[in-house]
Amino acid sequence: MKAAIVVFPGINRERDMAIALETCSGHKPRMVWHKETDLSGLDLVVIPGGFSYGDYLRCGAMASQSPVMGAIRAHAARGGHILGVCNGFQILTEAGLLPGALLRNAGLRFLSMDCHLRVERADTAFTGHYQTGAVFRSPMAHGDGNYFADDATLDRLEGENRVAFRYVTPSGETTAAANRNGSARNIAGIYSENLRILGLMPHPEDLVDPLMGGTDGKPLFDGLVAALAA
Amino acid sequence: MAPQPNKRDVNQALAREFGLSADEYARVLDIMGRTPSLTELGIFSVMWSEHCSYKSSRVWLKTLPTKAPWVIHGPGENAGVVDIGEGLAAIFKMESHNHPSFIEPYQGAATGVGGILRDVFTMGARPIANLNALRFGDPALPRTKRIVDGVVRGIGGYGNCVGVPTVGGEINFHPSYNGNPLVNAMTVGIADKTKIFLSAAAGIGNPVVYVGSKTGRDGIHGATMASAEFGKDSEEKRPTVQVGDPFTEKLLIEACLELMATDAIVAIQDMGAAGLTSSSVEMAGKGGVGIELDLDHVPQRETHMTAYEMMLSESQERMLMVLRPDRQDVARAIFEKWDLDFAVIGVLTDSGRIVVKHQGEIEADIPLDPLAEQAPLYHRPTEETPKRAPLGEVADPVGLAAALEKLIACPDLASRAWVWDQYDSTVGGQTVKRPGGADAAIVKIEGRKLALALTTDCTPRYVHADPEAGGAQAVAEAWRNITATGARPLAITDNMNFANPEKPLIMGQFAASIRGMSAACVALDFPVVSGNVSLYNETEGKPILPTPAIGGLGVLEDAAQAVGLGLAPGLDLVLVGGTKGWLGQSLWLREVAGREDGPPPPVDLAAERFNGDFVRGQILEGHVRACHDVSDGGLLVAVTEMALGGDCGAHLLPGPAGVVAHAFWFGEDQGRYVLAVQDAAAVLQAAAFAGVPAMRIGSSGGAELTLPDGATMSLIALRRANERFFPALMEPTG
Repeated sequence: MKAAIVVFPGINRERDMAIALETCSGHKPRMVWHKETDLSGLDLVVIPGGFSYGDYLRCGAMASQSPVMGAIRAHAARGGHILGVCNGFQILTEAGLLPGALLRNAGLRFLSMDCHLRVERADTAFTGHYQTGAVFRSPMAHGDGNYFADDATLDRLEGENRVAFRYVTPSGETTAAANRNGSARNIAGIYSENLRILGLMPHPEDLVDPLMGGTDGKPLFDGLVAALAA
Repeated sequence: MAPQPNKRDVNQALAREFGLSADEYARVLDIMGRTPSLTELGIFSVMWSEHCSYKSSRVWLKTLPTKAPWVIHGPGENAGVVDIGEGLAAIFKMESHNHPSFIEPYQGAATGVGGILRDVFTMGARPIANLNALRFGDPALPRTKRIVDGVVRGIGGYGNCVGVPTVGGEINFHPSYNGNPLVNAMTVGIADKTKIFLSAAAGIGNPVVYVGSKTGRDGIHGATMASAEFGKDSEEKRPTVQVGDPFTEKLLIEACLELMATDAIVAIQDMGAAGLTSSSVEMAGKGGVGIELDLDHVPQRETHMTAYEMMLSESQERMLMVLRPDRQDVARAIFEKWDLDFAVIGVLTDSGRIVVKHQGEIEADIPLDPLAEQAPLYHRPTEETPKRAPLGEVADPVGLAAALEKLIACPDLASRAWVWDQYDSTVGGQTVKRPGGADAAIVKIEGRKLALALTTDCTPRYVHADPEAGGAQAVAEAWRNITATGARPLAITDNMNFANPEKPLIMGQFAASIRGMSAACVALDFPVVSGNVSLYNETEGKPILPTPAIGGLGVLEDAAQAVGLGLAPGLDLVLVGGTKGWLGQSLWLREVAGREDGPPPPVDLAAERFNGDFVRGQILEGHVRACHDVSDGGLLVAVTEMALGGDCGAHLLPGPAGVVAHAFWFGEDQGRYVLAVQDAAAVLQAAAFAGVPAMRIGSSGGAELTLPDGATMSLIALRRANERFFPALMEPTG
């Protein structure tokens, strides 16, 4: 799997992502500065978490206008896989590569804690090493993770089975208490139409080593390695 | 040519306004041989402020133990540096931002985090962890809520954005902090021990380079504000608080570390308190060279700034460097890549003077040696805090269960999850023990087994009752918290928060705390490698509790050996350390009996060392599944915290016959740990062999806590009580 991590100014979880990818694939990913314009020959492009441009404007809005976005769109048009986590998810929605938007958390405070995610389908390149309906634990850390889209868009996402993960209780129920940031329909992550672009708010890349408290996030990366092995 | 007079007349009245005493101003006139310019007076006043000169505290600070074989750089550099093995150094320091955080809580706390980060990465370290020690006033006051809200948001807003995990710290509430909260921020970084960057300038003719944010009018005279008491007009001082930009800080970290991988830098220092003045004066002074600055080249955010304003500005996210002239272009390219300002603003000279030019005029021309060497140094009078009378017997008014429920719900012991949940503690992917998971946070070094154990500690009510015992206790507790994870304590940073040093009783608190800390540092091989002093922490004459906050650092060769505090079922609970049932200054006495009385628990440093070394040995030999030190609230609170931490109940046995039950379970005797072990007999035997007091106090399992008097308390109810305080205070409608 040839993977690259795109680094915008202010991104801060690129090292975490590189560790997770290397742990699961055995290869260091290519680190791509946001001014680069060629992403050809890659299987996976990752936009990691952080605060691109400080999130001083709407989260992800500045990064979505960056020079590298043309290459990311070209990669998407070629049918390439893209993973956007946290700020990466926000950037993908700002760029129009995924529908909806991420609003300020419902409680208006930053939320840093573990959450539980239910895998809504296990037949994508991202979830092949989970079972449908499986619940896994993941750290999350964001101020703007409240997924929003109009009802028609949400109905369409559900109708096309494009919800990737939902916030749930440890036993798998979609309660309001499990949905700390207030996301519409407990949505934590969604796919593009071709299921090759995934955006999610939590950080499975921070739970791939038993020393850090578990390996719940590892199957996501193992699954990608298996699906995208050249 | 004599400097042109600035807009205001310089005289003794203006000097007093700038915080210089009549004697100090006379000394300025003597050094200059003429009336100084406004800019020169500004430079003298900030360099001789308490904040920058440590004029009241220096005589005492130099008595602290600062050496050990593993200490690479002690106090005097931007931060302390210790050898952690494998060719690496840990670089760390704690610093206060108390006064700004009272005036403008969000920006005060945020820029406190930003400032301490710069102190660490300026030495070549990548920051890997932040901690913070916070003290707030009476929670019933609306102002306290506003300050808690702003400070927590500010710490999160800055730390989360720069991408350094906030992994630990402490919070106390006490009315003495009503008008003067304490915000002490600590940063820990990691560097190659052969590549530590220092601030001493060298190389006559070398360029002096300014990088980072542009200079504005924010924070002018902030260091002077931080060196005076507050009165009723303190809100008017808001313009002296700086505004933080964590995004630029993040870029500055990456750009500096990228530049530090080359050989371009001769010397580097951040522009912290007193900004361009202190960085240029200190770099040139330490290097024994002169420096000439041309302010026309300083990147400016506002128009028509004067030399005085630029020299005194505390705009954030700025660094000053001396570069090798042949590497200037390499450096410029790196900063341009990161979209940061890069400007050559001066040159090193052999004049031994700082010369500041602006628009063709010489605005300041001061000899550096006298500016440093003739800085005021005060041996202020001290008065000992009277010893507290022994407490005598205190009856138990409520019984164990009711007291426990009250204690775990009180502001000083309630769950801090509401606060931690707003700090990103996992960014970096190396956080082995998150806040609340162990007595010290454990952060691994990327790509290695090596890990650091980090904590901050102080018990201000002990220090107030007996500054010497309290000073020793603060150091001992930091050592104990590191030990309780299995790590080897290496060194501390101290943040000395005290009230007005011109009052003998306050100066006496300071001196006695230093004595106590020194004794503990020596006994525990735990030297001070960096620190900060914050004086004049009083508003309208009301002093804070003396608060020498200690930031401790330890090392674990293998992160997998770290133990947390959460219980698991099927284990025996063993108490290590002797218990006399010391209730003086205990939380039980304050919260349950309603008294803030008696002497604090004494610290037997020999026993502390002995008990701790035994516990660490047991952990590293793999005999211990969980460990927690016994501190605020005593033994029963410690066991309850372990039960809640692991979501596992416990059954406790009656204590020894010689100690009354409430004193045994709530006394705050020092040097104690609770160990959860599989084989109590083996641990007790080892303790007996080592001569360490130890006894089995119960076992773990179930979903409730069974007290020695037979009362049972469900973990659900205990958790509800423990988690109520912060949400009820801060989110009353949620």
